[in-house]
Amino acid sequence: MAEEADTAAGDQRPVVGTRSVDVVVYLLIFGLAVLLGYDNWRSGAAWEADGPQSGYFPFYLSLLLGAASLYGLADKLFMSAGAGGTFVNRDQLFRVMQVFVPTLLFCALMEWLGLYVASFLLIAGFMWFVGHIAPWKSLLTAFLFSIIMFITFDVAFDVIMPKGPIEAALGR
Amino acid sequence: MEAFGLLLHGFTVLMTWKTLAFMMVGLILGVFVGVLPGLGGPNGVAILLPLTFSMDPTTAIVMLSCIYWGALFGGAITSILFNIPGEAWSVATTFDGYPMAQNGQAAEALTAAFTSSFIGSLVAVLLITFLAPGIATFALKFGPPEFFAVYLLTFCSFVGLGREDKHKTIISMSLGLLLAGIGLDTVSGQLRMTFGTTELLRGINFLVAVIGLFGISEILLTMEERLALRGHPAKITFRVVFNVWMDLPRYWMTLLRSSAIGCWLGITPGGAIAASFMGYNLAKRFSKHPEKFGKGAIEGVFAPETAAHASGTAALLPMLALGIPGSGTAAILLGGLLVWGLNPGPLLFIEHKDFVWGLISSMYLGNVVGLVLVLTTVPVFAAILRVPFSAIAPMIVVSCAIGAFAIQNAMFDVWLMLIFGVVGYVFKKVDIPLAPLTLALVLGNRAEASFRQAMIGEGGNLGVFWSNWLVGSITTLALVLLFWPLISLALDRLHGARKVKGRSSAGQT
Repeated sequence: MAEEADTAAGDQRPVVGTRSVDVVVYLLIFGLAVLLGYDNWRSGAAWEADGPQSGYFPFYLSLLLGAASLYGLADKLFMSAGAGGTFVNRDQLFRVMQVFVPTLLFCALMEWLGLYVASFLLIAGFMWFVGHIAPWKSLLTAFLFSIIMFITFDVAFDVIMPKGPIEAALGR
Repeated sequence: MEAFGLLLHGFTVLMTWKTLAFMMVGLILGVFVGVLPGLGGPNGVAILLPLTFSMDPTTAIVMLSCIYWGALFGGAITSILFNIPGEAWSVATTFDGYPMAQNGQAAEALTAAFTSSFIGSLVAVLLITFLAPGIATFALKFGPPEFFAVYLLTFCSFVGLGREDKHKTIISMSLGLLLAGIGLDTVSGQLRMTFGTTELLRGINFLVAVIGLFGISEILLTMEERLALRGHPAKITFRVVFNVWMDLPRYWMTLLRSSAIGCWLGITPGGAIAASFMGYNLAKRFSKHPEKFGKGAIEGVFAPETAAHASGTAALLPMLALGIPGSGTAAILLGGLLVWGLNPGPLLFIEHKDFVWGLISSMYLGNVVGLVLVLTTVPVFAAILRVPFSAIAPMIVVSCAIGAFAIQNAMFDVWLMLIFGVVGYVFKKVDIPLAPLTLALVLGNRAEASFRQAMIGEGGNLGVFWSNWLVGSITTLALVLLFWPLISLALDRLHGARKVKGRSSAGQT
């Protein structure tokens, strides 16, 4: 990951324009509105003798959401002039992925290794490979932070976090 | 002066070593959170909320509100020393605060910011002390229709008065209301929008959404922008503090004006940002030396900071008295009340006197202690910003994950947080405001329940929202605010037409 960081740095070519993202976001929201609207209509959006059915409120909200997203879509497609600039360029996207991918891995590892081991790996790995900080500093910081978190949450405040094989071997 | 006696009682609730210790912890954590890029008031409070689950509600809210005060103070440090506003409402503070730091007056600017924050909060807390009990007593007369009307007013004022595109505010708000509706419908007992999954049965927890929307998305944005931190050194000496305080009386009008603006806008939702800018602009307009603004005028620090803090504090007034938060952070504190089993709203003042008055008196004490704390420890906190971001970013991610998991002990929530993080990142970049979504998510179920109760009571007649003068006037006001952009346009046209008519008739005679 470290070598990639050097080669890709400074690449300002746009990946996607703001206008395209706007359109996709509105389409997704509209899709969500249709889906939720349908589900609520199915579960009942009418009036009963004792008042509105459970789908009534959300059904009309999905209509509102759908209408607002269609308005936004029409606004972007037919009314706004110009391309609207860059949403994200390659360099930026690379940096966002540098933090997003490790976060994704961290969440996945949290289930298997427990929170504290995953947190140690995330912090040490991120500092070492993304931040180019000396390995001993990275490992030490990650270790101390994970221990402090463990003492604060699991020991002092009784907030129980997911644990993995290492904690089990240590009897927690 | 019943409020005074109750306030004294509040101080006695507060005066235990345990509570005072947690107050200090809260303040320090709060300044820390306020200083760190990528964290701020709302997500700082949300992430640290799990810490309070095992505490009694009074200690918990005191600690959380102190995190909030601390974060407010901390935001000023980054704005002035690093030209990075920690919060949106600190933006106006950078206009003159950073130039002052560049001129070598960092200590003066910081002292001015902290002092004016303190004054702003104090005015707002006084307002809360004497106004909130009255409002709560008045609100005891409220039934479901009145409550729904107040919720409607909150939502409508966001749409009508917000600066963002109207359709974007509506998208954000209706999305929040829909997400709030997921799960078990408490009125009918039916399941809604769960699509057969068991994970969605619990519904989408509002705090999980906040941690993702604000915490994770902010990390992504900060990485994208690649912040280069170049700060000015600052150490506040007693002499500087003394000099700035001696100067204060000269600016009494600015302080008073900004406090008033802040209190007023703080009570309306989403007001703190508007308040800081308005405070700054008005101070500039009425100043004897408007040309000095933007180049390091101390008045340009006093004005926005006073207004921002007055409004940040005043935002707690509607939360306490009516159960309607005036800001994002107030919304999270409200979420906390629900977790501790307290029902926010007017009954809180009767059923949980210790809690309410303990909180109010902690606002006084927390601000005094906070002021002393930040004045003495600025160098320590400024040093945090020199820690490389690549060390801070993963720690924030871990804290976010802990916060999200601990709320309901669910791994699903961690994934949900990640999804909300991406949504928040994209929404921020396409200018869909997040505050309406947050507010709708926390108020959604309560708004819907009061709507349905009102409707059931009246057999489905919408006339129930105009059935007496009270509910009628709130509902009408809500609709006026909703259509305010159209109404003000119409008024302008009418006014303009009359002017032209007046001129032409004057010409004839």
